[in-house]
Amino acid sequence: MTTSSASDLPPLDALPDLPRDADGPVFREPWEATAFAITLELHAAGHFSWDEWATTLSITIMAAQDAGDPDLGDTYYQHWLAALEKLVTDKSLTTPDALSLRADDWVRAYRSTPHGQPVELKTG
Amino acid sequence: MAHDHHGDDMTAPPSDMALRVQALESLLVEKGLVDPRALDVIVDRYENRVGPRNGAHVVARAWTDPAYLERLRADATAAIAELDYTGRQGEHMVVVENDAKVHNLVVCTLCSCYPWPVLGLPPAWYKSSPYRSRAVIDPRGVLAEFGTELNDDVEVKVWDSTSEVRFLVLPERPAGTEGWTEEQLIPLVSRNSMIGVEKARPASEASA
Repeated sequence: MTTSSASDLPPLDALPDLPRDADGPVFREPWEATAFAITLELHAAGHFSWDEWATTLSITIMAAQDAGDPDLGDTYYQHWLAALEKLVTDKSLTTPDALSLRADDWVRAYRSTPHGQPVELKTG
Repeated sequence: MAHDHHGDDMTAPPSDMALRVQALESLLVEKGLVDPRALDVIVDRYENRVGPRNGAHVVARAWTDPAYLERLRADATAAIAELDYTGRQGEHMVVVENDAKVHNLVVCTLCSCYPWPVLGLPPAWYKSSPYRSRAVIDPRGVLAEFGTELNDDVEVKVWDSTSEVRFLVLPERPAGTEGWTEEQLIPLVSRNSMIGVEKARPASEASA
């Protein structure tokens, strides 16, 4: 039932040094896969072209390398997320302030939810 | 940085990276720019790519190596680390063993309390409020929905993860697998069997 055909994926080869093995992308932590999925979805919905994405990611990685990132693969999705945040704000899908405020909202939601209960966001 | 543990019983926020992804995801979902179900489809496609095979390796080793099983019982975190599966956040792993009289089931709320180094990404149902509440109130009903029927004399134990402890179910070794190697056994250990909603796959389902 896992029909993991690579055919409906955008051209991952266009991305610099994507962590992958013979079967496709690999992830170290769940948030990496979520960031990957958000990117694919926004691209599929036409919010940016794959070239735009690959370019933004490359620039982000090069800037990190220039700043001294050893780039051993373990920081790859940190760069991915930074690039995604840049692209969605460049495209006015959201703003840096909104992202920052929302992250703070989530921290408050976690810290006010007794352990064992689902953490739900209460936005004003 | 990540995972500061407070002295109270509130939920510890996940890592900064995970929070930023959550912020982005929730904003885009609210604006209708991405469909959360579509995200789940993509993430599910890769769920085997983050790691339940790690947990299956641990289970198959425990089935075939009695000395390893003893170490796993004594200190699961260290025994799992022997196989090079370690989390960044130092969470404490505890293995709970199924046998003829006891069936263990694990619940928690969000992926911050899912043992992802050994189980990979939490499935969407595991994170859902209905699973969380019903697993505690009516565990046999939840098991039945997964097609898992237990005899009346089997005790069901439900383990709710805390911010410091993550549970891994050690399913019963399927009948008819005597003499099988670790490599032969690994495919029988499903992710769901290590959460405890199902049993390990029967020997007949071993892939050729």
